[in-house]
Amino acid sequence: MALLEIKDLSVKFETNDGIVSAVNGVSFNVDQGDTLAIVGESGSGKSQTAFAAIGLLARNGRSAGSVKWDGQEILNLPEAKLNRIRSSEIAMIFQDPMTSLNPFLKVSEQMEEVLTLHRGMSRREARAECIRMLDAVRIPDAAARITMYPHEFSGGMRQRIMIAMSLLCRPRLLIADEPTTALDVTVQAQIMDLLRDIKNEFNTALILITHDLGIVAGSCERTMVMYGGRIMERGLTSEIFEHPTHPYTLGLLEAVPRLDRKEEVLPTIPGEPPDMLKGFKGCPFEPRCPLRMEHCATEPPALERLSETRVRACHRNPEEVA
Amino acid sequence: MLSFIIRRLAVAIPTLLFLVVLSYLIMYAAPGGPFDMERPLPPAIMANLEAKYGLDKPLVVQMFNYVWNVVVHFDFGPSFIYKDQTVNDIIAQGFPVTLTYGFWSFVVASVVGMSLGILAAVYHNSWLDYLAVGISVGAQVLPNFVMAPILVLVFTLWLGWLPGGGWQGGQWQYIVMPVIALSTSFMASIARLTRSSMLEVLNANYIRTARAKGLPMRRVIFRHALKPALLPVISYLGPAFVGMITGSVVIDMYFSTGGIGVFFVNSALNRDYSVIMGITILTGALTVLFNLVVDILYAWIDPKIRY
Repeated sequence: MALLEIKDLSVKFETNDGIVSAVNGVSFNVDQGDTLAIVGESGSGKSQTAFAAIGLLARNGRSAGSVKWDGQEILNLPEAKLNRIRSSEIAMIFQDPMTSLNPFLKVSEQMEEVLTLHRGMSRREARAECIRMLDAVRIPDAAARITMYPHEFSGGMRQRIMIAMSLLCRPRLLIADEPTTALDVTVQAQIMDLLRDIKNEFNTALILITHDLGIVAGSCERTMVMYGGRIMERGLTSEIFEHPTHPYTLGLLEAVPRLDRKEEVLPTIPGEPPDMLKGFKGCPFEPRCPLRMEHCATEPPALERLSETRVRACHRNPEEVA
Repeated sequence: MLSFIIRRLAVAIPTLLFLVVLSYLIMYAAPGGPFDMERPLPPAIMANLEAKYGLDKPLVVQMFNYVWNVVVHFDFGPSFIYKDQTVNDIIAQGFPVTLTYGFWSFVVASVVGMSLGILAAVYHNSWLDYLAVGISVGAQVLPNFVMAPILVLVFTLWLGWLPGGGWQGGQWQYIVMPVIALSTSFMASIARLTRSSMLEVLNANYIRTARAKGLPMRRVIFRHALKPALLPVISYLGPAFVGMITGSVVIDMYFSTGGIGVFFVNSALNRDYSVIMGITILTGALTVLFNLVVDILYAWIDPKIRY
């Protein structure tokens, strides 16, 4: 049985301008120890998929479908029940470490409460465990620095603190929502190394949400490409990178800067991300697709299974794309 | 921190001096004087009076003498209108009254206002939110000179529960209505401030983190959201506290409480120079003091602020 089983998940937001369908019928599984990258540009619904799964949507968000954790339905569960799963089973780290830690509370106060709440530890036990975890994410002099405030740490350090905080209860799944986007490149590499080490050490499953294909290749076994709130393609990361079967994946891969190619201009995907207020009848990528056909605008391509590991949603044959 | 407090208190001295000079000038620029009656006094008597109160001396000398007496003897001089009463007497008599009902108004306005604001924000767009906003808009648009007679009508004339006025050394029955009448509009402002600031904080990333940690909503609100949400409220509370403890002419008139609010307005109407100055300086000094208290509270709440 899969650890996390998402079926036909959809997320809608009620806004002043109308209803935004952020996620439309997304299904996937994550097994024990699995690593899945969810890739897509801004507005592709990748973060909202994760937020919906653990009930962290904004107030105006509504989700439907099914999310099973360990075989138990958890979608739209009451807050009190979700709180038992959050952090102790499924932990999450966020994009911007500058604003994701509470600037008004000491790091010790923010970390200890996780353990006193979920594990019933005393403050003293919790403090010791938190210091151990900060050591594990390589915060130097953790015992002294744990009583400092977030603004006294650098961005990379704060993300390490977030990671340490998320791992306190040894969750079985860690969802990392663009964990390196707000950090500079050298720090990005350190954080990704850290996530890899931690994944191996604690045997935690990892969902990595990112728009940066560069960090996916080395860290995730499987990759899922999303666009316009739908799955475009999913497979082993090696398969996706070597034989993309969707024009959007192809475009994304070509837009990654490479040292072995001399290019004047970096290729981009022409056009803009879709306006999610409008919705679409056919394939969401159709307006920007170089391989579009007439019926692409009117008939949504179904998700077809190519192999045990591989699914895709495109009217073209896989051979035509590559 | 200590050096910051000392520095701020040192700055208060020129601030208050400036206040004295400015008030003096405005006072003298206004036509008329304390002894101008409907029937003018004979010139000889007028001259005697002016000599007695030192009004015949040049303005600069008057001002210097005044400041000297205040600073060295802590003497704000005699009232020009109330015979045999000094300004010190008037303040000693009236300020405890306004301090009492002002303090309780502050407590009521803060506790009720913040609670309403927090409830409205947490249950945003629910009936509770609309109710809280409704109450605070109602309280805001109902001025205390309308509120006061309504209270007297209901609680004194109809129900007969509370005395319609007086002070009696500050027994609770005499405090209730002044407190309600004075606190409502402040309460409304505090509620609206708390609500909007709490709404903003609840959308912050660190609140999402707190929720992702599986903390119960109560803990998210009181431990993670309350401090940042109260910052803007606190900067309003400083001046509001001074406004409340220096009383209100409406309260003092309607409920005959005998606070300094009514003295202040009467002294301005009567050109009772020394009383005007005394109460102005009192209000000014309290304003400076409580702005300092606000700054200290800021540093205590926000670890990023260090002086």
